[in-house]
Amino acid sequence: MGQITLQRVRKSFGPVNIIKDANLDIENGSFVVFVGPSGCGKTTLLRLIAGLEDVSGGQILIDGRNVVDVPPAKRGLSMVFQSYALYPHMSVRGNIAFGLKMAGLPRPEIERKVEAAAATLNLTPYLDRKPRELSGGQRQRVAIGRAIVREPKAFLFDEPLSNLDAALRVQMRLEVTKLQKQLGTTAVYVTHDQVEAMTMADKIVVLNAGRIEQFGSPIELYERPANLFVAGFIGSPKMNFVPGDAAGEPGAATLGVRPEHLKIGKEGEGWPGTVSVAEHLGSDTFLYVEAGKLGMLTARCIGEFSLKAGDHVWLSPDPARLHRFEKDGSVIRR
Amino acid sequence: MMKSKEVVLATQQTQVLGRALLIPAVALLFIWMIVPLAMTIYFSTLHYSLLDPGTESFVGLENFRYFLTDPAFLTSLQNTLVLVGSVLAITVLLGTPLALLLDQPVIGRSVVRLMVIAPFFVMPTVSALVWKNLLMHPVSGLFAWGATLLGLTPIDWFTDAPLFAVILIVAWEWLPFATLILLTALQSQDEEQKEAAEMDGASALSTFIYLTLPHLARPITVVILIETIFLLTVFAEIFVTTGGGPGLQTTNIAFLIYSQALIQFDVGNASAGGLVAVVIANIVAFFLVRIIGRNLEA
Amino acid sequence: MARRVTSRRVWVSTGAAWFFGFVIFLPILWMVLTSFKTELEAFAMPPTFLFFHWTTENYATVQGRSDYVHHALNSIIVAGGSTLLALLIAIPAAWSMAFAPSKRTKDILLWMLSTKMMPSVGVLVPIYLIYRDFGLLDTRGGLVAILCLGNLPIVIWMLFTYFKEIPKDILEAARMDGATIGRELIYVLTPMAIPGLASTLLLNFILAWNEAFWTLNLSTLDAAPLTVFIASYSSPEGLFWAKLSAASTLAIAPIIILGWFTQRQLVRGLTFGAVK
Ligand SMILES: Nc1ncnc2c1ncn2[C@@H]1O[C@H](COP(=O)(O)OP(=O)(O)O)[C@@H](O)[C@H]1O
Ligand SMILES: [Mg+2]
Repeated sequence: MGQITLQRVRKSFGPVNIIKDANLDIENGSFVVFVGPSGCGKTTLLRLIAGLEDVSGGQILIDGRNVVDVPPAKRGLSMVFQSYALYPHMSVRGNIAFGLKMAGLPRPEIERKVEAAAATLNLTPYLDRKPRELSGGQRQRVAIGRAIVREPKAFLFDEPLSNLDAALRVQMRLEVTKLQKQLGTTAVYVTHDQVEAMTMADKIVVLNAGRIEQFGSPIELYERPANLFVAGFIGSPKMNFVPGDAAGEPGAATLGVRPEHLKIGKEGEGWPGTVSVAEHLGSDTFLYVEAGKLGMLTARCIGEFSLKAGDHVWLSPDPARLHRFEKDGSVIRR
Repeated sequence: MMKSKEVVLATQQTQVLGRALLIPAVALLFIWMIVPLAMTIYFSTLHYSLLDPGTESFVGLENFRYFLTDPAFLTSLQNTLVLVGSVLAITVLLGTPLALLLDQPVIGRSVVRLMVIAPFFVMPTVSALVWKNLLMHPVSGLFAWGATLLGLTPIDWFTDAPLFAVILIVAWEWLPFATLILLTALQSQDEEQKEAAEMDGASALSTFIYLTLPHLARPITVVILIETIFLLTVFAEIFVTTGGGPGLQTTNIAFLIYSQALIQFDVGNASAGGLVAVVIANIVAFFLVRIIGRNLEA
Repeated sequence: MARRVTSRRVWVSTGAAWFFGFVIFLPILWMVLTSFKTELEAFAMPPTFLFFHWTTENYATVQGRSDYVHHALNSIIVAGGSTLLALLIAIPAAWSMAFAPSKRTKDILLWMLSTKMMPSVGVLVPIYLIYRDFGLLDTRGGLVAILCLGNLPIVIWMLFTYFKEIPKDILEAARMDGATIGRELIYVLTPMAIPGLASTLLLNFILAWNEAFWTLNLSTLDAAPLTVFIASYSSPEGLFWAKLSAASTLAIAPIIILGWFTQRQLVRGLTFGAVK
């Protein structure tokens, strides 16, 4: 079991409030990603769950039990650090076995579990090496091995892939997701990369300046962002924002439309503009269009378009996919 | 402002344990600092001689007046300043080029480094005796032989130039320290920066003046401050070679206080002198602590 | 990036470096050579450099004289004892400041440093009197205590800088792995800190071995370490140069060798991290 509930959790360092009143319900077995710009408090929130920081207020429940005064060692969670934090003086075997040793398991059982974890992660040939003799990807696996071998209630990951190169990152992304599904263990995963969040999560928590902006599935966040911040943060390229009155929608302070929901229309249809840069990716074409009062708009068109800088175009938004926001940033639901 | 990097294993238990573990060291150092200092201050206001115990009496600042107006004080203050100043000058002025030299590609550099650093590890009484007897002896010393080879008359170092002789010994002991620190600093200098300067057409001399010297400014300051702390209280070298003499020619403040305390047994006067030494050292320490403190934040 | 250098430049700098290195090393070299001469040759004019009658007789004499052994033993006990005692007090303190710092940690560190800058001579009188009254004069315990206190700030600082370099992530990982604070110290911190502990131990042993203010003033015979023993050679001037050299060589050789291994730590320890 691994159900984690945060109730009105607050954290301040001195006078600075880093986490403001976080409420969250993480279901057993789900993969939850905390995403947000750097410095918004993702790591802090994760460390509060881990017990590496004390809460300033509120409760953290693991399987219904309040753990705010339980030391990290006793919370039954395991963590993969951004730096991997492998024990440099122990072999891979020693690293993976350490938690089991601390738990006082009998030696043969430790041995069996370590072998099994190593096999799952393709680490068997490296069991007797020291961390410094491994590549970045292998170290990453050891860190994961150390986390899974203890069969914790939940895994906590703090930007575990950020030190890997791009290709390896994609590969590990898949492996981590697969492993989590296979084990069925709750996972809380921190990243600042919204692509990682969208691809890995069952549920995403969008954090901004210590506040939870929205909690929902990737598709929910994409289709129904609760406010300007989430709308702008989720999706790549970023959503276009235009002033409501300039776009002929005086009812909304801001109008949002994703680049993929802007079509190149016939003359007179939608918003006129001039292409300032066209990026041809083959599968898609990104157009950056100077659209007068509306500012710079990004449009993403499927396939190849023979447009170039200086061309005049008309961009028409898909009316069903328009997002309307109040002055205070919250979305106008209809 | 706290930086996130600096912050640590936060649970209250750890904090409490941390406080507890700090107590022994802090308590010991506090006692070590405060008790003798308080006693020194107390004694400095007494007429107190170990030769006739039981006659202690309060004399106010009399000891300070006596110590500070004693001609021996002025002489020894002057000797102290000359000693500190000369050794600093020698070690920095020789240590800098030496460090630059050792920073060059040198075949067998590690061996040369070992030779240069060795004097620092020689105990002061040994270096003083070796210099006094084997090197500076007016008849059989190596220097005397060198002088005769050059057709000069060997001098009797400890009669003709006693303070200079002591300065040479102490400078020899501290030259390795200056060199090693400056060398360490040089090795941390950005090599690409030098290469960029070379690409910009800077000569070796201007590279040295505009890049290397500014880079060395701080380590040189540190060398000067740390050496000063130690040099203000040079003792063993004088104790072993000249015993402060001839006359007062090689008596520095540290030796003067020692001789008043343990040769003349005048506790009151020696304590007053000790406080003067503390004040002088604190002036230097003030600057050093500021530099190191600034470094702690970086 | 390796810089391309002309070989002439290499030869010039090599020659110069070796020359100055030799000049600086000469007094020590000369002392070692003298220690292998007879007393007569040691005093000979002109001096003999390599072609003299080599003898190890001085070493045998020095070794055989029980007072040398006695003082050497004192040195070992005093330097070793004070270093171990200092480590024992410093490890918890440094751990605390590195891993559980408070707002005042920086001030405490700087204050500790400032106690090191107090000139010994300033407190010579009270220390001497306290030692006299408590019967600590010329005792090994007395010397151990004073050298320990004198070097404590350096020990704490060195350990602190080493502990600071250990990523706190790793200690937290141990915590997440279920280790208590005690086990975290034993299984994770200590093994990782061993190189730092070793160099701290070494450097402070050297400093204590060479300490010559308190040893000269607080001990005369029973507890006197080699610093004091060697100083006693200063009176019968000129008579026993070869033996003096042999005794000196024995007194400094182990320390110079240890010192060579601790060059880097020396910079770190004596500048309190101000030069990296
Ligand atoms: N121990 C701490 N003391 C003071 N401020 C901290 C501490 N830890 C983090 N912070 C501050 O809290 C904010 C959030 O940090 P963090 O949770 O690491 O952000 P993220 O992981 O989202 O990038 C940052 O502004 C950071 O400087
Ligand atoms: Mg973070």
